[in-house]
Amino acid sequence: MNLRRLGSIIIKELRQLRRDRLTFAMIVGLPSMQLVLFGYAINMDVRHLDAAVLDQADTARSREVVAQMGATEVLEFRYHTSTPLELEALLRSGSISAALVVPQDFERRMEDPGRPPLQLIVDGSDQVIQSAVRQLGAFAVRGNVGWTTRPPPVEIVNLYNPERRAPINTVPGLIGVILTMTMVLYTSLALVRERERGNLEMLIATPVSPWELTIGKVLPFIGIGLVQVTVVLLLGKLLFDVPVRGGLGDLYVAALVFIVASLALGIFLSTIARSQFQAMQLAFFVFLPQILLSGFMFPYAGMPVAAQWLAEILPLTHFLRLVRGIMLRGAGLMELWPSLAALGVFIVVALGIAVSRVHKRLD
Amino acid sequence: MDAIDTSPAIRARSLSKHFGPVVAVDGLDLTVRRGEVYGFLGPNGSGKSTTIRMLCGLLRPSGGDIDVLGFKIPKDAEALKRRIGYMTQKFSLYEDLTVTENLRFLAAVHGLPRAESKARIIQTLERYRIADLKTRLASTLSGGQKQRLALAGTVLHAPDLLFLDEPTSAVDPQSRREFWDSLFELADEGTTLLVSTHYMDEAERCTRLAILDHGRIVADGAPGELMSSLPGRTLLIESRELPRARQVLQGLPTVIAFAQIGASMRVLVADRDGVESDLLEALRSSDVEATIHAAAPNLEDVFVAATQKPPMPRGEAA
Repeated sequence: MNLRRLGSIIIKELRQLRRDRLTFAMIVGLPSMQLVLFGYAINMDVRHLDAAVLDQADTARSREVVAQMGATEVLEFRYHTSTPLELEALLRSGSISAALVVPQDFERRMEDPGRPPLQLIVDGSDQVIQSAVRQLGAFAVRGNVGWTTRPPPVEIVNLYNPERRAPINTVPGLIGVILTMTMVLYTSLALVRERERGNLEMLIATPVSPWELTIGKVLPFIGIGLVQVTVVLLLGKLLFDVPVRGGLGDLYVAALVFIVASLALGIFLSTIARSQFQAMQLAFFVFLPQILLSGFMFPYAGMPVAAQWLAEILPLTHFLRLVRGIMLRGAGLMELWPSLAALGVFIVVALGIAVSRVHKRLD
Repeated sequence: MDAIDTSPAIRARSLSKHFGPVVAVDGLDLTVRRGEVYGFLGPNGSGKSTTIRMLCGLLRPSGGDIDVLGFKIPKDAEALKRRIGYMTQKFSLYEDLTVTENLRFLAAVHGLPRAESKARIIQTLERYRIADLKTRLASTLSGGQKQRLALAGTVLHAPDLLFLDEPTSAVDPQSRREFWDSLFELADEGTTLLVSTHYMDEAERCTRLAILDHGRIVADGAPGELMSSLPGRTLLIESRELPRARQVLQGLPTVIAFAQIGASMRVLVADRDGVESDLLEALRSSDVEATIHAAAPNLEDVFVAATQKPPMPRGEAA
């Protein structure tokens, strides 16, 4: 091994790297982003879960217990409902993650050590929320009574996933993760490839319009995305018995909107990347926060406000709300409209920026 | 048949293009008449590709006016694109499609009616001798085959005007000759062609040509005209000490340029009486033995005189 030759290769490599400005930025950008996301945003200690109260006893003691429960800061009571139906609707639409029910015979139950005086209903479609609420099961309703309290004072009702099976929580989210990964990457690569290989120069000298070119290249991927959704759903059903409680049509509409949003993101990235390698890096760069902040891996409720704002921009966050709502809670698209609207806004903005950057010229 | 249109196919006035501080094309005036095979001769970086791209509407000029087939460019570039064919320097069809698939795609992109396009593709495959290759992937073709496919794709929609940017830079001499025969066939059928090249022999075959240097046209006309109006004379110097002869002559004000050709040297000198004897004198006083003959001017001499630079190597890419 000749050191001078080796050195010259190293120097050449560093020079080339320095001139690939995007790659250079990624060397610093990726670890910084990961550190910030993991360090600040990811917090398994969930607090301030949106919750509702249904106080059917409505006595001085029951109001006191509700206030004490709120003081734990695990639950944030945003709604006071008067019927179980209202509670159910709030849970199904994803407006709340948990609900505290004080039964009519609360006072009598308080005197009966054999029966739990309170009931906590938790949205089991999110695993982390499940376990966060579970700790409230030992909440000392009757004062500090220690070992004598059996069964636990708060009965936890795990809605939507009573057996707490992991696949039921993961599979719906996985649809979103798989679509994000493939749709964004495929489109940005496909569009950049055309430019990198010189096909674009030939094409722009023909009567093809930039819209025809972009839409024509991207449309086949919508079909591919829908095939992927079907594969995950079928395997989820066959292998893990994951249910689809809402409408299958609703689910496919949600998936379609999400696919289009991901494609729009891919098109936008392709207008920045100069090579397929850069496109791949950019796709990874946007994939990471989607996985970490969307609520797929870590709870949205545990994130600081800034991270939550960022999560609201990401299409995967909204798709997870849609897909969990439809598949596990049996919600309809109309109940979940805010997430659908957010995806719509994302599509319009991303496509708008992308199209303003695609000229049918070389300069 | 269309009525005979006598207006020029291409007319550009004070065309220029800047890329940041770099001036790629600098106040270029150009007129190409219909039915011509017009050549752009120039070294790499002389602005040939940039000019062609502006004329097709792919690049926006920094200044000047362009009129191509009666369309104002860049304003009417989209309308022009139906009437022109543009063959890029680099092979730009899809390597992962077959020959026929590529042509079908181009026929559709250019909006050829379905029924017409089928016959047209078969005819084009035959004409450019790629019918035997029609199920082959473009990536598996040789340089010459790829180039015939590229030309087939460029003329599929029967354009009135063809732009070819260094079309022969990646093929062997045999393919180059055949390719130029194809170009003349197209010209005979009434197509106007603008071809850029850095090969002298190709430039010599054009009906008219412009020599580009640093983004300007430094000479233009028919090759014969350019050679006969050469602003100087060509001398052939034979000597056993060519490097020294060159050193001696380099300092003389009457000498415009040199080119060594084998064991002799072509020297372009100012057209003045007694130049030969001046040169001989200078050589003799430096003890260099040499003989001087007059030589017939060629295009390379024109090129050298126009660009004041050593010419491009003959028959090889610069």
